[in-house]
Amino acid sequence: MDDLFTSTILIATVASGIRLATPFLLASLGEALGQRSGVLNLGVDGVMLLGAFGAYYAVLKTGNLWFGICMGLFVGGLIGLFYAFITVNLCAQQGVSGIGIYLFGLGMSDLLFQKLVGTPRPILPFAPIRIPFLADIPVIGEMFFDHSLIVYIAFLLVPIGTVVINRTTFGMNVRAIGENPEAADSLGVSIAKVRYTTLIIGNSLAGLAGAALAIELGIFQQNLTNAMGFIAIALVYFGAWRPLGVMTGSLVFGMVAALVLLCKSLGIIPLSASDLAAMAPAIITILALVFVANRFRQPTALTKPYVRGE
Amino acid sequence: MGAVLAALLVGAIMLGALGANPVKGYQTMIGAAFGDIDGIANTAVKSIPLLLVGVGICIAFRTGVINIGGEGQMVMGALLSTIAALYLPDLPSYLFIPVVLILGFLGGAVWGAIPGALKAYFNVSEILSTIMLNIVAVQIMNFMLRGPLIDPGEIERGTRIPQTARLPEATDLPMLLEGARMHAGVLIALLVAFGAYVLLWRTSLGFRLRSVGLSRDAAHYAGIPVRRSIITALAFSGAMAGLAGAILVFGSESHRMVTDGSSTGFTGSAGFNGIVVALFAGLHPLWSIPSAFLFGGMLVGANSLQRALQVPSALVIALNGLIVVFVVSSENIRRRLHRGRELESTEAEQPMTETRAGHSKTENTGHG
Repeated sequence: MDDLFTSTILIATVASGIRLATPFLLASLGEALGQRSGVLNLGVDGVMLLGAFGAYYAVLKTGNLWFGICMGLFVGGLIGLFYAFITVNLCAQQGVSGIGIYLFGLGMSDLLFQKLVGTPRPILPFAPIRIPFLADIPVIGEMFFDHSLIVYIAFLLVPIGTVVINRTTFGMNVRAIGENPEAADSLGVSIAKVRYTTLIIGNSLAGLAGAALAIELGIFQQNLTNAMGFIAIALVYFGAWRPLGVMTGSLVFGMVAALVLLCKSLGIIPLSASDLAAMAPAIITILALVFVANRFRQPTALTKPYVRGE
Repeated sequence: MGAVLAALLVGAIMLGALGANPVKGYQTMIGAAFGDIDGIANTAVKSIPLLLVGVGICIAFRTGVINIGGEGQMVMGALLSTIAALYLPDLPSYLFIPVVLILGFLGGAVWGAIPGALKAYFNVSEILSTIMLNIVAVQIMNFMLRGPLIDPGEIERGTRIPQTARLPEATDLPMLLEGARMHAGVLIALLVAFGAYVLLWRTSLGFRLRSVGLSRDAAHYAGIPVRRSIITALAFSGAMAGLAGAILVFGSESHRMVTDGSSTGFTGSAGFNGIVVALFAGLHPLWSIPSAFLFGGMLVGANSLQRALQVPSALVIALNGLIVVFVVSSENIRRRLHRGRELESTEAEQPMTETRAGHSKTENTGHG
């Protein structure tokens, strides 16, 4: 009986860890794509907030979750377009302009929420989809194959992203531009076109991450993400700019968060100590940065705007 | 100035879209922030953390390091000074206030020096480590205020609001004006801004910091200790934020430290808005004074906007974000427009972060 109890809890914790990892994964995959092409975006958290509000509002008004997903993608893409214009055409300093995007998203999402919604009303989250046969495997089935659609999409993007970045012409161009824009330019690759593409896709993913969060929680509130977007940026470094590494990092964060929740609900640790546990991921990231910083090289052209002939 | 006008224009459009008359909106804001002595006192108090964090940002950016950790540094400074106020034996006011403020300064300095050391010795991007340390600081704050530092009264009543007991009265910052809520923090912030100006342009340390900011390699060949300069700059930058956090606590109306679980709840995003203030001031500590006053006024005005015209005050945060984007973008447009005249231009200084904006002529008055 005791064994059954612990295994149920274990399964539930792993499953909730995977769910909690999903917004991190989507946002950091998007950020990794942008950074691979040489553009740092520190505004992920703001984009997530706007995507989250967009999705929440769309679902609240239409009751259609698909509409919410599309809204998250669309809002993110729109900001990606704006950010690409600032960083590619106007060559703005990337670290600081990203903070501008963050503040804009933080204020704007709150503003729209207060003006359009006011009092928080919950929305219905996605129903989990059981994958036939796979979900019937004991233990593993419940852990991995009984999630909402967004979770599957996020994890499917990992192999897709790996193939795109390593095996396609587009991926080659992205990497070339991130490492040596002059060489890529001289071979006729349009740097502007590629960076616009990576930033629009990348920020769409950040918007989708926000949408996933809002739909999962079924609610929106001021500063809903609470710095999740900043953690997503760190995960890119943690994962050394590779989709698989980013996924590993996201899962570590998701699992730690799930464990903290579990300990809280079981009363194993006092409430105040869970605050201390919640800082573990940030400390792990700093340690990872210390050890990773010199082992893996970041894209050479990262944060450098490209101007021909300079 | 183009960036300011653009932001004002966008603000007007947003006000219009929210169903408020833009002219009336701006009138309300200006009236509330600068219209009478109460408004000016409010604005001055609101601008203290902005000015202090902004001055710290000036020092860091001028040294070529980016400090995004203002939020965490404010929190740590506030925490350390709060602990001191709670546990130190009662001292007379003229001793107690300096002691707790210096501890706030030191708390922020340590929290800034850590990313400095990580950058200098392990080549860890200070952008990322400061962000991570923000998260760590918030959790430490939540832990302390829910646990060891919680007001015993909160436990007795069972309400468990995460806040400290009322801090000793000897640590209350004295009021400067009869009848208006303006405390001595304003004077401290002004003094610090002047001090930072002297530090950057009138001391050899400041010269070393700025040299590292202009070119790390050149500074290195000139025999300037680059690593130590980076740590010093981030420590000073953090110290300013830490002092801001301490002043926030001892100048607050409740004279306690309170958390709502996020850093924004305590700082009011001053750790980020300070970056806006500094950029707007062209990374100059003295220009940061009017800049902080302006943005403090925007915060005060935003509150009145909410009361008078039902426009949520979050509008101002969104606008601040746009101002950052506009200032940073226009910097390059301006430079491109001026490229032809570059040779005769006096713009000798161009820190590596390339974030300077506005007031470029005043920059050179400070060459010693």
